[in-house]
Amino acid sequence: MREVIIEVKNIYKIFGDAPKKALALLKKGVTKDEIFRRTSQTIGIYDASFEIYKGEIFVIMGLSGSGKSTMVRLMNRLIEPTSGQVYLDGDEITAMSQSELRKSRREKISMVFQSFALMPHMNVIDNVAFGLELGGMKKNERYEKALNALEQVGLKDYSFSYPDELSGGMQQRVGLARALANDPRVLLMDEAFSALDPLIRAEMQDELLKLQAEHERTIVFISHDLDEAMKLGDRIAIMQGGVVVQIGTPDEILKNPVNDYVRSFFRGVNVGGIMTARDIASLQQVTIIQKDGNGTLAALQTLHEHDREFGYIVDKKRKYLGVVSVDSLKAKPKRDSIDLAFIKEVEPVLETTYLNDLMGAVAKSPCAVPVVNEQGKYVGAISKAALLESLDYNWEEEE
Amino acid sequence: MATAANPWGTQAPATPPNNDWLINDSNSKVLHHFDWLNPFDGTLVPFDKWVEHALNWTVENFRGVFQAIRVPVDGTLSLLENFFQAIPPTVFIVLMALLAWQIAGKKLAFGTFVSLVIIGLIGAWSEMMVTLSLVFTSVIFCMIIGLPLGIWIARSDRASSIIRPILDAMQTTPAFVYLVPVVMLFGIGNVPGVVVTIIFALPPLIRLTNLGIRQVPEDLIEVSQSFGASPWQMLFRVQLPVAMPTIMAGINQTLMLSLSMVVFASMIAVGGLGQMVLRGIGRLDMGLAAVGGLGIVLLAVVLDRMTQALGLREKVMHRQRIKWYKKGPIGLLYTITCQKEKK
Repeated sequence: MREVIIEVKNIYKIFGDAPKKALALLKKGVTKDEIFRRTSQTIGIYDASFEIYKGEIFVIMGLSGSGKSTMVRLMNRLIEPTSGQVYLDGDEITAMSQSELRKSRREKISMVFQSFALMPHMNVIDNVAFGLELGGMKKNERYEKALNALEQVGLKDYSFSYPDELSGGMQQRVGLARALANDPRVLLMDEAFSALDPLIRAEMQDELLKLQAEHERTIVFISHDLDEAMKLGDRIAIMQGGVVVQIGTPDEILKNPVNDYVRSFFRGVNVGGIMTARDIASLQQVTIIQKDGNGTLAALQTLHEHDREFGYIVDKKRKYLGVVSVDSLKAKPKRDSIDLAFIKEVEPVLETTYLNDLMGAVAKSPCAVPVVNEQGKYVGAISKAALLESLDYNWEEEE
Repeated sequence: MATAANPWGTQAPATPPNNDWLINDSNSKVLHHFDWLNPFDGTLVPFDKWVEHALNWTVENFRGVFQAIRVPVDGTLSLLENFFQAIPPTVFIVLMALLAWQIAGKKLAFGTFVSLVIIGLIGAWSEMMVTLSLVFTSVIFCMIIGLPLGIWIARSDRASSIIRPILDAMQTTPAFVYLVPVVMLFGIGNVPGVVVTIIFALPPLIRLTNLGIRQVPEDLIEVSQSFGASPWQMLFRVQLPVAMPTIMAGINQTLMLSLSMVVFASMIAVGGLGQMVLRGIGRLDMGLAAVGGLGIVLLAVVLDRMTQALGLREKVMHRQRIKWYKKGPIGLLYTITCQKEKK
């Protein structure tokens, strides 16, 4: 069981001037649209409960208006929930007094914003040291920490520049450094890279993963970009209209989407970076021949029986040995060991290989590429047709 | 005999009722013969009377309060006036030119120098000093009152909805209307002049302070909150610095409006350039009025450019990344002393 750092419990957030009235209706089971018609209150978050584990990157995904930005603001209480609790490290954030809350925000939880939101009247180092300054830290000490944070994001040389002299990517690095400066337990990132152009965004994502590898923090990352979520997220929560509809690893969600909304996210996504050889390896379309010491003739007969051109040879423990074809078997004398008839250019791939990385192997191979696990056991084969089909995955048809 | 000598003798007794009717005013008549179709022939609500009574009542009961208000205003005013009058014109001109150089550059320094010399040459120097002390006093008090009020109405919508109509009234009520009540409350002289000027010049500072703070981007507020800023820290570390250019514009406007009030203020015996204009007009002495007018214009231009430069200065400094003490005449002094130390 992993250590929980943030726990969200039955959170409701209703926007409007009479949230209690709407909440009462909501708990009676009245629909959102009906509530809006009757009370003109908007449901921001509907009964959200989940846990975020220490050291993971937890991505909250959803379209605009799905409540993901509201959700992240509930975690540091920039927005007050209408009902429910949020716990940080076991302390109930939602029940703290203002001064306790300030202390937590200064020491434990910090945030990176989509719009960078750097103070225009402060230079870079003062911006980075802003949180520390609010906590009353002495100038030398906070500059030291700020420089350290700037070094982590590679902007140490720009300490005395002003934000408007920096590019968008650099500004967001400053934003990141500001959030890292007080060494928080939890880093909230609200669409932190969405305002950056694609190249810089990819660069920043790599940077974040690098930082995470060096120093494991808990990161709550808000995104509407599936590729980003897949790349960064250890787990993903998908929100739809204020409801958390599914939480799981990218893989789990990809394979078992709970509804069409979730499925629609994955339409057109590049599955090559998410699915592995194991996911599409098939046991059916090929003939598996157990090596039994009967030479090539027996194998040739089996292939004829199944009307196949290629055969995959395994030993008694299903360990993969090699591939033979009708031609390669015929080329050898009948009593020869089957080993001599193996086609050399066919190399097995590991089952954990991503589809993106095995395209070359599949394309070059004359037959379906055998897939093995780490113990060398045969788990199936991938034909060109199967690979192409899976890359054009159509999730509606899967059911 | 007497009646014979007086051809209108018979009419004499008829006169008193006529007079009575005049004295009794139109009110009573209108009330008796109220006409629904033309209801506004007479005054139904005697607002003028109420104001008069209220004013008289205030003067009788609260004269002490207004006399107490006089004290700090009078103190500041006479301090500034004595100070300005004591500086020899040459020293003053040089100092102002150096100050202009420091905050804006050599161009404005030259302009300031020429303007002040002209004012001196046309013989309006000592009047200008009186006006300057008056204007500075009013700006000081405007800032003391206006900045906190502006901050307050930026934070509270209710306060804003109460204060803003008052500001509208302060800006639109003709100065003549409150000139007399102010004199009744404060007496005549420079102090009520300052008060009248404050009434007129205060609103833009409050409005622009309010505007500047309300215009601070929402995400900066969110950032401050998310990093644990207390309301005071938010105000002094984020809101006020970000709003500073707008607030400086407000101070600039207050200064300009204060200057524009000097002629009005001179009607209640306030001295200075305004009085030159007023006296000139009164005697049809166009020359004197023009001297006063030119003095006001030149002073206004100099003060306007200097306060504007003060508002822009910070931005320029950011761009050039030069500390203030390394620029202008102080910069010159700084480099000279540094070089000496090195030697």
